[in-house]
Amino acid sequence: MIAVRKRTRAVQDGQQMLYVGTRKSFLYYIRKDWQLYFLLLLPLLFTLLFKYGPMLGLVISFKDYKIIKGFLDSKWVGFDVFKKIFSDKHFWEACRNTLLLNGLALVAGFPMPIILALLLNELKGKYFKKITQTVLYLPHFLSWVVIGALAYQLFGFADGAVNNFIASLGGARVPFLQEDYHWLVSYVLINVWQTMGWGTIIYLAAITGVNPELYEAATVDGAGRWAKMKYVTLPGIKSTIVTLLIMQLGRIMGGSFETVDALSNVATTKFTKTIPVLVYRSGILNANYSESTAIGLFQSVIGLILVLATDRIAKKMGEEGLI
Amino acid sequence: MNSVKPGSKSMANRAADFFIRFLLFVIALTCILPFVHVLAKSLSNEAYVIAQEVYLWPKGLNIEAYKKVFTDQSIIRSFFVTIFVTVTFTLTGMILTVCAAYPLSRKHLKGRNFFTFLFMFTLYFAGGIIPDYLLMNRLHMLDTIWSIILPLAFSPYNLLIMKTSFQTSISDSLIESAVIDGASQFRILRSIVLPLSKPILATVTLFYAVGRWNAYQDALFYIKQNINIRPLQLKLYYLIATSTEAVNAAMEGTAQYTNPEVLKAACIIFTTVPIICVYPFIQKYFVKGTMVGAVKG
Repeated sequence: MIAVRKRTRAVQDGQQMLYVGTRKSFLYYIRKDWQLYFLLLLPLLFTLLFKYGPMLGLVISFKDYKIIKGFLDSKWVGFDVFKKIFSDKHFWEACRNTLLLNGLALVAGFPMPIILALLLNELKGKYFKKITQTVLYLPHFLSWVVIGALAYQLFGFADGAVNNFIASLGGARVPFLQEDYHWLVSYVLINVWQTMGWGTIIYLAAITGVNPELYEAATVDGAGRWAKMKYVTLPGIKSTIVTLLIMQLGRIMGGSFETVDALSNVATTKFTKTIPVLVYRSGILNANYSESTAIGLFQSVIGLILVLATDRIAKKMGEEGLI
Repeated sequence: MNSVKPGSKSMANRAADFFIRFLLFVIALTCILPFVHVLAKSLSNEAYVIAQEVYLWPKGLNIEAYKKVFTDQSIIRSFFVTIFVTVTFTLTGMILTVCAAYPLSRKHLKGRNFFTFLFMFTLYFAGGIIPDYLLMNRLHMLDTIWSIILPLAFSPYNLLIMKTSFQTSISDSLIESAVIDGASQFRILRSIVLPLSKPILATVTLFYAVGRWNAYQDALFYIKQNINIRPLQLKLYYLIATSTEAVNAAMEGTAQYTNPEVLKAACIIFTTVPIICVYPFIQKYFVKGTMVGAVKG
């Protein structure tokens, strides 16, 4: 088996480099490129400590973790913790909410940067375009604390500016953030609003990469601007669109703690319990370390599977993929 | 690029132009008006705000709220904490990212794929909130400023962007000739790669700085007892989310939040403006299309 592998490798090397049998020892490469390896040391150290270190901590989802006993001495319980969380209705509720919020944000939010980029690309005036772009980037520079505060300043039921305006016209106040289904719509729209402008950067960059000759040819063929957009620009940025779509599909089980936490309030709880929120509450606030770690692990594993699956699909479709 | 020849511009085309401009104008308004509203509120007299008469222009113009913000010691302290954290975080992040991106951009480096995988894997799989928290606890970093500087200081996503940029914008032959001339890798990095990579360095700096300035999740998790090192966002979070902050402030003997609305508005502006000011300095580098290489990632 090993011999076979060695031979294939030698053949591969031979094909690529035309040197068979001159494989050098690892020490040789270290000596040759020690400066480059030296540069890698510090980032490696950081990654091992702060990224891989916590992964070791995942063992506590298979243990009855007591902080006094520590990682090693806490009792192994196999899959008991998982059995417990899988029979917990809060857990399934959190899964549903995570998928719902991310799914809606994806459906509503994904096309927006593409549409905006196409519209911006149609602009001829330099200054209008530049100013519009800069203004569209603004929400990206606001923290979620600030966005949450802005949302309540504008859409608060009793004193939000939009409701004040509606009331001053004689209309009825709308519970934008104080009723569950209104909250859901507001959450999705605010997310779209926050991400749409910044998202155009990648598409605008992709559009500048489209061959100008294609536009000239289309003009000669009598294509209008709509036809050019549809048959030249969109196909030209298709691979970018697909790449970003699979990236976001892969993250559909993820979801940020901040986006939900900043917008939630005590009146609307139907959709605000997502996985990160549940992990925070049961883990950090209530010190149920084993359970909340297991919930997080479940989320990470599903996330990884989704990334791998979407990547595979993209490659099947002839796109470049991520990994 | 796809301009229509003069003379062939039909009425329909002009109408479409107008429609596109109008649409973008309205969308841009939705981005800026919330900000204008809060700015107007922060500069208004409290009575008009309570009477719900302030929309986009301040009424009873005054800067009392800002005076309160600037004389509130706990807010000013939070401001300096955030400045320190953001600067230290960004510097650490940039050093680590350059140190990783340059070697990994050299195609001949043995083990390059392995190391790249090691870094990138953490983008798709992570320990999660609780293991991170327990690690902080173990390192005795809870309630210290380092808990919001070190763990996130190295971002594999930024590494990917920078590595891609080094690979595409700096030719191998340039570096090889420097090697032949006897330059060390450190010298090449300092004298060739970095000076040629200003746009990507500026871009990644912006990403780190904005990300750190705006994030509050880790501060919320890790900084509980030590209220002296609350960064600005966390300060604002507590100011808005609960009334306990007023109690804390009263205990500290600082400002009493008699009218939260105007003061809240002033705090929002105070928290946001510094980081927005960073953007124009770095904007010109975006125009150069640095982001093209970042599509994949």
